[in-house]
Amino acid sequence: MSEITPELVRHLAGLARIEVSEAEVAQFASQLALIVESVATVKAAVSDEIVATSHPIPMANVFREDVVKPSLTQAQALSGAADSESGRFKVSAILDED
Amino acid sequence: MSVLNKSAHELASMLASKEISSVELTKAQLDNIDNLNPKLNSYLIVTHELALAQAREVDELRAKGEKLSALAGVPIAVKDNLTTIGIETTAGSKILKGWVPPYNATVVEKVLAHRMPILGKTNLDEFAMGSSTENSAYGPSLNPWDLARTPGGSGGGSSSAVASMQAPLALGSDTGGSIRFPAAVTGTVGVKPTYGAVSRYGLIALGSSLDQVGPVTRNVMDAAMLQDAIAGHDQMDATSLPESLGSMTEAAKNDSVKGLKIGIIKELTGEGFQSGVSERFQEALDLLVAAGAEIVEVSCPSFQYAIAAYYLIQPAEASSNLARFDSVRFGLRVMPEGAATVEKVMAATREEGFGAEVKRRIILGTYALSSGYYDAYYGSAQKVRTLIQADLAKAFEKADVLVSPTAPTTAFLLGEKQEDPLAMYLNDIATIPANLAGIPGMSLPVGLASEDNLPVGAQFLAPARQDARLYKVGAVLEKFLENKWSKSMLDFAPELKVN
Amino acid sequence: MAKDQLMDYQKALEAYEVVIGLEVHVELNTNTKMFCGCANVFGDEPNTNVCPNCLGFPGAMPAVNGKAIENSIKIGLALDCEIAATGRFARKNYFYPDLAKNFQTSQYDEPIAFEGTIDIEVPSGKVFTVAIERAHMEEDAGKLTHVGGSTGRIQGAEFSLVDFNRAGVPLVEIVTKPIYGAGDEAPELAAAYVRSIREIVKNLGVSDARMERGNVRCDANVSIRPKGQEKLGTRTETKNVNSLRSIERAVKYEIQRQAHLLSQGTAIIQETRHWHEDRGATSSGRPKSDADDYRYFPEPDLVPIQPSKEWIEQLRATLPEKPAIRRKRLQELWGFSDLEFRDVVNSDLLDEIDDTVKAGAKPQAARKWWTGELARIANSEDKDIAELAITPTQVAQIAALVEGGKLTDRLAREVLTGVLAGEGNPEEIIAKRGLEVVSDDGALLAAIDKVLSEQPDVLEKIREGKLQAAGAVIGAVMKAMDGSADAARVRELVIQRATEK
Repeated sequence: MSEITPELVRHLAGLARIEVSEAEVAQFASQLALIVESVATVKAAVSDEIVATSHPIPMANVFREDVVKPSLTQAQALSGAADSESGRFKVSAILDED
Repeated sequence: MSVLNKSAHELASMLASKEISSVELTKAQLDNIDNLNPKLNSYLIVTHELALAQAREVDELRAKGEKLSALAGVPIAVKDNLTTIGIETTAGSKILKGWVPPYNATVVEKVLAHRMPILGKTNLDEFAMGSSTENSAYGPSLNPWDLARTPGGSGGGSSSAVASMQAPLALGSDTGGSIRFPAAVTGTVGVKPTYGAVSRYGLIALGSSLDQVGPVTRNVMDAAMLQDAIAGHDQMDATSLPESLGSMTEAAKNDSVKGLKIGIIKELTGEGFQSGVSERFQEALDLLVAAGAEIVEVSCPSFQYAIAAYYLIQPAEASSNLARFDSVRFGLRVMPEGAATVEKVMAATREEGFGAEVKRRIILGTYALSSGYYDAYYGSAQKVRTLIQADLAKAFEKADVLVSPTAPTTAFLLGEKQEDPLAMYLNDIATIPANLAGIPGMSLPVGLASEDNLPVGAQFLAPARQDARLYKVGAVLEKFLENKWSKSMLDFAPELKVN
Repeated sequence: MAKDQLMDYQKALEAYEVVIGLEVHVELNTNTKMFCGCANVFGDEPNTNVCPNCLGFPGAMPAVNGKAIENSIKIGLALDCEIAATGRFARKNYFYPDLAKNFQTSQYDEPIAFEGTIDIEVPSGKVFTVAIERAHMEEDAGKLTHVGGSTGRIQGAEFSLVDFNRAGVPLVEIVTKPIYGAGDEAPELAAAYVRSIREIVKNLGVSDARMERGNVRCDANVSIRPKGQEKLGTRTETKNVNSLRSIERAVKYEIQRQAHLLSQGTAIIQETRHWHEDRGATSSGRPKSDADDYRYFPEPDLVPIQPSKEWIEQLRATLPEKPAIRRKRLQELWGFSDLEFRDVVNSDLLDEIDDTVKAGAKPQAARKWWTGELARIANSEDKDIAELAITPTQVAQIAALVEGGKLTDRLAREVLTGVLAGEGNPEEIIAKRGLEVVSDDGALLAAIDKVLSEQPDVLEKIREGKLQAAGAVIGAVMKAMDGSADAARVRELVIQRATEK
């Protein structure tokens, strides 16, 4: 079990697309280390035979009919967008200029 | 007694008999909000015009003799993590500042269908992560019992509003205790229904397998009526229960606990609990025993892992639920300097838009799910749920309802638990198991702790789908306590000095 | 971009063993999306078939399309898969602007169907048994348009625009197990496999199966290892292969590229590559950073799928015949030789010809028109034959008119052109353009007489029995009739007339 190093925090923040500051990296690393220590107890509590519960109230086979329902209008869809153009959401370039 | 102090069910009768109009009531409510909210910060947004327009409409319909639902015309506050058309919805976060949803949460649709004027959106810890509202990007709410203290969280806005007569009742959400803990520390009633009893469509998700919407009120009958109004199957929510759980309003008319078996959860008593809290809790139990209930002791050993499991599952699900806040389709967009790629814009936006606790939990959740660690963390935590459900099932063989103090302490001071996230998490020790297991829980006020004269809450738990049991026992206990006090819990509250 | 060096194909196959793996995404043609009630249609105004769910708005929740489940099970059954007793949805977490929730709701370790098999025949006639690992359900992403760079490509773009109409469209991903022993037929096998998948989903009626529309997409995994080595080589995944031809070319290219690198002692980088049809080459895609850690976990907003045995058997009963069986049946029915039939299959015209025969045409005539004139026209216009604006019914009508003598081949080709140009049905075009074969002997005789009178020496020759001389007359008459005469009839009449006179 690896400990929560600043490097790990940077890696996780990268996965989560959060541009953390160096100060935050240090702070989170120590806080998370404490938390992780305490939550690590769960591993000891369970054995392989125990089945995981992903849904607290068991249910299955909830489907809907393949019938078209009203959509939002284009204006409603774009109403919260920071930027849009010709009916589409506008975002900065996806790749760095190489 | 001012109309502001009346219960929602009393107001409902008065409206029905035209003793008062919805406009009068709503206006009085709005005036009180304008008076108190600048200090208490219970509401993030107050919708004066909208509420009055809705009130007017109800009055007109009533004048015409239209048949209206029981709660029609009673104004309500809505936690700001429920989407509302035309009303800014922030989830207490900077990243959603100014966002106006194009759709209503299902529970909001129901509230509107019941013609309850919406007074505004209440404050919460950012994305419902927290136990005090100190994590809100818009400042904390204050506890009307002591303005130096927090009203609990995450739903502290709703609880402080209801406790200070800024609303007769409110909608909240509960993931690990976010309705019940604030209820306990503000002397109000809060219920987390069975998972799936109330639709989550339109509730900004925190922990999808844990979240439930529920009532925040001043008494048990009001909670029952509100739960009845918002509960029911929703085809927009695949996890919503197909069947109705029956009438909570009828259950809340119960007047006897003879033969009721009440299980005290061994692991939720004793040392970790403030002595004043334990005292009031014990007295409440004595009252029930005197009325014919039977106390049994039950043990749920897996509860020792509950907080650990919760603080793995919830951040894991949250880390995924919050990924959508990326500047592309709605919400904040921060443009870093220079020519930035969309990835950089996303990262800069999330860095600035999320508060520290949210970032912390996202990173923790990402860790719990990451390859190599899934089995040890998230996977194991989901197994702990199975153990907890098994322990509870065994306990419910011996008892009809289980009971514990809702929280280990009374309301804490602003800033008291900010240094140590772990300390904050421990508030939830008694409330978390219900979310992990999906069972319903109710907190109701049982008195003031002698050390600090602050409210104490007792929590009742029932098996999944047996929410009615909570209302049955809650109604009786409340009646006994109010008889004992000759007043209601909130009558004990000190006068609010906000100016 | 530096040009890859390629080893000669035969040499590569002598030194190395090829292993391929194919991932095919099938777009279902349900009315609505996978997890919401928005319309599943192509071509509407951007962001008009969207809702809080497929836009990933805060508070939105998915609701499973029951028809999509049914279709996925049918695909699984058609591939002889086992259908899961419990299937579960899972979140695949990664960030991309076309991914509204920044996770894709997919399936991970509990797919709806798994452990299947399908026999694939390659052009040489050899049959391979391809093992299917799994078929699972997932949702499509939105559509990105890159603006500002050259040719609308992502490199050098200034900004991008996102349309979420396609986001949430149901997909079924079919994954094969590694395919060994295809040898130098690996490229053909890959293409033939995808062709069969197309056939299956088209005949099931669950997908329009048009590759050029993106209804069926293929990612080809290729790795090679020195002959005799047990350890598998490093594989690359090639995306953007939009046609059966591209699949074949891309697989072949990768074999050659990898063989060259290995022969030089260079390691193969495990990566995603893009196929460029215009260049006939693959290129390196974006280097994979964290993309591999998808942090899968069961989707908490959806409950498991537990199809009953009864339902599965009900669906099994509705399955159409397997491609291999269908092909045998049709070949026998139509009486095509192996070569003729293989040609039809390899040209992807099996369904067109089947439909044309069903509309009344003789099989050989149908084959002639589709593999002949129509294929030629499609090629010359650089189109896919499926894009041509003509229906099997119309082709059958034309074939019938030729059969009945109302049209010559030449006239029929003109009618064809008219149909493709949108002028209407064959009968309408014949009327409009006055294209019918002149079967009125009177008119023919008039033309013949005129020519004969102008060519008295030819007339003599014919009378003397030198019938080949008639050719000149026939030619002149045909020209005069503007090709609307039946050449055989003209010849008859010329000879008759000449000998009469």
